[in-house]
Amino acid sequence: MLEISHITKAFNKGSIHEKIALNDLSLSLADGDFVTVIGGNGAGKSTLQNAISGVWKPDSGKILLDGMDITDLPEYERSKYLGRVFQDPMLGTAADMQIEENLALAARRGKKRGLKTGITREERENYKKMLSQLDLGLEDRLNVKVKLLSGGQRQALTLLMASMNKPKLLMLDEHTASLDPKTAARVLEITDKVVNENHLTTLMVTHNMRDAIRHGNRLVMLHAGRVVVDVAGEEKQKLTVEDLLNLFAKASGSEFDSDRAMLA
Amino acid sequence: MLALLNTMPGAIAQGLIWGIMAIGVFITYKILDVADLTVDGSIGTGAAVCTMLILAGVNPYLALLAAVLTGCLTGLVTGLFHIYLGIPAILSGILTQLMLWSVNLKIMGKANQAIPARNYSLIVSQMHIPAALPVLLLVSALLVILLYWFFGTEIGCAVRSTGSNQAMSRAQGINTNMTKLLGLSLSNGIVALSGGLLCQYQGFADINMGRGAIVIGLAAVIIGLAIVKRISSNFAVRLIGVLAGGVIYYIVYQVVIFIGLDTDLLKMFSALVVAAFLGMPYVKKTYFQKKLTAKRGKQHA
Repeated sequence: MLEISHITKAFNKGSIHEKIALNDLSLSLADGDFVTVIGGNGAGKSTLQNAISGVWKPDSGKILLDGMDITDLPEYERSKYLGRVFQDPMLGTAADMQIEENLALAARRGKKRGLKTGITREERENYKKMLSQLDLGLEDRLNVKVKLLSGGQRQALTLLMASMNKPKLLMLDEHTASLDPKTAARVLEITDKVVNENHLTTLMVTHNMRDAIRHGNRLVMLHAGRVVVDVAGEEKQKLTVEDLLNLFAKASGSEFDSDRAMLA
Repeated sequence: MLALLNTMPGAIAQGLIWGIMAIGVFITYKILDVADLTVDGSIGTGAAVCTMLILAGVNPYLALLAAVLTGCLTGLVTGLFHIYLGIPAILSGILTQLMLWSVNLKIMGKANQAIPARNYSLIVSQMHIPAALPVLLLVSALLVILLYWFFGTEIGCAVRSTGSNQAMSRAQGINTNMTKLLGLSLSNGIVALSGGLLCQYQGFADINMGRGAIVIGLAAVIIGLAIVKRISSNFAVRLIGVLAGGVIYYIVYQVVIFIGLDTDLLKMFSALVVAAFLGMPYVKKTYFQKKLTAKRGKQHA
């Protein structure tokens, strides 16, 4: 499904601030994989997501999606294959537009936009049904501007939008990190539901080790721009936070450096 | 007092023409979230093209259409500077504006060209204000309807979302470069439409007619949106509000002239009024709100 081979990305190249964010990283996801990605600050988690979504091009290496080379495809073009939810709830939606308008924008991801009406009546009914499944009371507020929603509501909406048209890959970039614990748990619940119902191949970056263990069928740990831990199946189900910390120490030769991940 | 009332129809007509221009400003400033200074030049370009074509014997409606299309091109130039050379939008607009000063001069051949209403059949003229008003109202109404429709289409929604959130728009497969070019072209096409109407209305085109247009446009947008804010957030209502903003601006202008204030100072007053309105949210927040001393940090689960 997703085949990342030997990608490298350095920032501030040639200056004393040069930082190698991805270092010859390779990772491949099978169809239907739900992979959680964990790592300390600066491990390359977000950089990896940005490389896949095409925010910039990697310095070297290739990214294949479903056999198709997307390494050089502009961001807006590869978006048709990707569903994305960002860490900042403000980033995933157009705040000045209505809930239904945001959904309609997502429904047209990867399709040609013309002079047809931006949202049809049938769509509206459909959105109502989709929203009522979230159980957040949004189904009666289709015409409300998104800026009036809470962070959790916005992330849930962004999740719905990201899953529309069944993307080949769903990318969640610490999408619960700026929510309170209760809301974060609810959004993760919705995440599992959306992923299972649509059978989406998913890459979920998180800073929370417990979430990384509890969700998905495979866990990948990054360090210094490389994959240092990759566990799947039963072995992953049995993992504990302590195991993870030990695995990390062994693989990287250092202590795990993210306090917030430890405490979580 | 009667003398003042007599100037009102003229003020309304002129206000509508500038209100149309303000709709162009509204599209960039409010929808696309870009401060586009091209307008000071493109309104003159619209006037220059329209005037020269009418002088050459072209039907005034066709001349107006040509003015609109040329205006779209000026917006395109600004967009190309911004997108493909990475120049900040505000500077791109200033560059195009300066270029247009030369371009407008070349189109007209000299700094001023007259199209007297008695020699040419014009769409609107201040010599016949009672006839001009319904025409201007019709043009305004058509423009509002057209824009209301357009911004409800798939492409129109994409332009709006680009102004609201670029990263999200790209994530939804929108080519934000194209939507920005489209928005800038559309905006300056409308500004040039206003220029084409203005030169006919006043009977001449002048190289300096666009000076400060952006400020008048912003003033009209600010006044208009402040008025309709409490009524409705409907898009058509907001557009009508912007038109009304232009009309109010020119009514105030007439009153100021009537009172006998020095008209040389008018541009300064306009700029100060716009500055006051633009600065208001910041001033309120910075100086009048009780300070929340604790910084709101991100919560981590």
